[in-house]
Amino acid sequence: MHVHRYERWWMIFGVGMLIGFLALLAFAAVANSIVPPSGMEQIDPKLVAQTPPFNHPGLRRLSDGSYEAYYIAQVFAFDPPVLTIPQGAKVTFYVTSTDVVHGFFIPGTAVNMMVVPGWVNTQTHVFRRAGEYLLICHEYCGIGHQNMFGKIEVTRR
Amino acid sequence: MTGDLQVRAENRVVIAHIYTSTAAIALGAVFGVFQGFSRAGAVAAPSWFDYYRILTMHGVLMALVFTTFFITGLCLFVTYRAIPRERKLTIGWIGWLVMLVGTAMAAVEILAGNATVLYTFYAPLKASPWFYIGATILVLGTWVVAYEIFENVVYWRKTNPGKPVPLVVFCAAATFVMWIVATLGVVAEMVMLIPWAFGWVPTINVLLTRLFFWYFGHPLVYFWIMGAYIIWYNIIPTRYGGNTFSDGLTRLTFVMLILLSTPVGIHHEFMEPGISSAWKALFTVTTYGVAIPSFITAFAIFASFELAAIKQGRKGFIATVKSLPWSDPAFAGAGYGMLLFILGGFGGLVNASYGMDAVVHNTIWIVGHFHVTVGGPVALTFLGAAYWMIPRLTGRALWKPEWALMQTRLWFIGMLIMSFSMHFAGLLGAPRRTAEVSYQGAAVAQAWHPYMTVAAAGGVFLFLSILMFVAVALGTLLQNRKTEPMEAAFAVSATPPAATPAALQHLFRWGLIAFAFAVIVYAGPIGEIIRHPGYGVAGMRTW
Ligand code: HEM
Ligand SMILES: [Cu+2]
Ligand SMILES: [Cu+2]
Repeated sequence: MHVHRYERWWMIFGVGMLIGFLALLAFAAVANSIVPPSGMEQIDPKLVAQTPPFNHPGLRRLSDGSYEAYYIAQVFAFDPPVLTIPQGAKVTFYVTSTDVVHGFFIPGTAVNMMVVPGWVNTQTHVFRRAGEYLLICHEYCGIGHQNMFGKIEVTRR
Repeated sequence: MTGDLQVRAENRVVIAHIYTSTAAIALGAVFGVFQGFSRAGAVAAPSWFDYYRILTMHGVLMALVFTTFFITGLCLFVTYRAIPRERKLTIGWIGWLVMLVGTAMAAVEILAGNATVLYTFYAPLKASPWFYIGATILVLGTWVVAYEIFENVVYWRKTNPGKPVPLVVFCAAATFVMWIVATLGVVAEMVMLIPWAFGWVPTINVLLTRLFFWYFGHPLVYFWIMGAYIIWYNIIPTRYGGNTFSDGLTRLTFVMLILLSTPVGIHHEFMEPGISSAWKALFTVTTYGVAIPSFITAFAIFASFELAAIKQGRKGFIATVKSLPWSDPAFAGAGYGMLLFILGGFGGLVNASYGMDAVVHNTIWIVGHFHVTVGGPVALTFLGAAYWMIPRLTGRALWKPEWALMQTRLWFIGMLIMSFSMHFAGLLGAPRRTAEVSYQGAAVAQAWHPYMTVAAAGGVFLFLSILMFVAVALGTLLQNRKTEPMEAAFAVSATPPAATPAALQHLFRWGLIAFAFAVIVYAGPIGEIIRHPGYGVAGMRTW
């Protein structure tokens, strides 16, 4: 099959651009450890309220000065509804659902997870800016989905 | 030549498909414009017909009904016209009827409030089993249409040994080969969902249903895009006196689409637990791969424009663009669609990188993105093609062609307004699939509110545009001004089809290879889920 010269250049340009993008992604993944949230931990959705540490949802300070935040998503609220953390804190979120699929999204950050019953999803974020953040469920979960949100207050240091 | 009666009988089958699709987009637009206002906080849905029922109707009507009936109608039309023969139309009619029955079953359940699960019907939201059964029947109906098209390909090969299938029929058949491979995923999902919805099995593996959904959900988008490419490659060149750039390149593009459309779905699940990062990375690579046939298409389309312009003695980019028949509604639909597609394509490359996806996943950015790629290029190309098909199907002159042209322009402008503001609001974090997004006056929500208002205004343009489309489509029937029977001529390749490698002809073989390829790529993540199935979930009705 005859392939026109410009056509060949264009295809090389196209494929080259795609390879370039992929290389950038690989670089970002290695250099800045930007990887998608892939929680592999499982939990019985019927027993979330009894299973530590989800029996006491909320914030926990670790010995290295970072934090862990345990969240339960349930129609149509997050537990805890409000979280207060100091500016600059590094927080690892652990989220699970007791009923249907929910979302866990903090606008203005890259904290963005799907919350699937039976699984604990996890992501880490450093809150550099003080102020009030919104935490919203961004996956349709039922009739009260638009009311499912919480707050994260980052206090000035 | 086949008889006039034969052609008219065939036309009636196609008319049934095309007008069903017209009804779907008309009704879908009513829901769409309402959504815009609700999200802007200007109206609120009544409790007896809540926002999510409206959104389920919009998603199902637009994504599953309008597009599917248009593509089945288009592909039957090109097959019947490019392979004229005396034929029985029983299968053609059965296909339409089965699709219609399935659609009606699903629609009744949604309207009754028994299936407010949106068009993605994610478990463990548990709809009435009849909704899942209706959707399955709709899919099975498309398989009947696929059979009708394949039967004609086989007939051609028998009666024209050694001659390649006409290009336009090749494209149509390739679209349905891809569709069969893709819909196997949703059928597998239904096999899980239906017994569970009846209560015969107590729990369901949520991750597996989501994986099967996106195995189907992404190629669903490529099904629409292939429908638009059929028109761009085979019909649009006839509007400016041009040619399909290359027979071989077109067939190569469609074969690549068969191979690459399916093994990409997990890019919709980057934020999901239970699928490890390595598999997500693999699907990033395959996702970039599926952009290649679209690069080729961009080249081939512009090359075809340029060849036609040179024939008219014009040279250069501006002269070429100016030489195109922008005041012909059939061309304008596709032409404006292409412009939108270029904008949309860049957004797609962004989405596919998971660093960016973490910022925009499930925000209204995504909705802006697929309205500018699907609602724009695909829907507008289809509407334009309808202006070309309807006179050829009904034997009647188009009513108010100037409205048809105005319609394409309104759609283009409305889509730019709506989708740009959705992109901006999404970057600020406004979520999708949400009845209203004020969050009791939270500061971030106030920042995205103006964009939601502008998006609603864009929706009004789109709604008016659809009203004009429906007026022209129905007005043509009512006005009943008969024309001479019109031929459906398809574009001829600038290079002779004889130069096309024989390997590209074996459609069904490519289908099998595509399925094998999809199975191999999916074996990793599916294996992972089966090895760690986790807890079954009972499911519930939360609406
Ligand atoms: C009158 C024209 C249209 C308007 C005003 C419109 C408006 C909208 C709006 C505002 C949403 C977002 C709702 C939300 O996430 O809360 C939406 C969602 C959607 N639209 Fe459209 N749209 C139109 C045409 C189309 C067309 C032509 C298609 C496809 C062929 C389409 C497919 C979809 C899909 C698949 C969704 C997502 C539904 C979901 O998230 O479940 N729309 N539309
Ligand atoms: Cu929700
Ligand atoms: Cu996709």
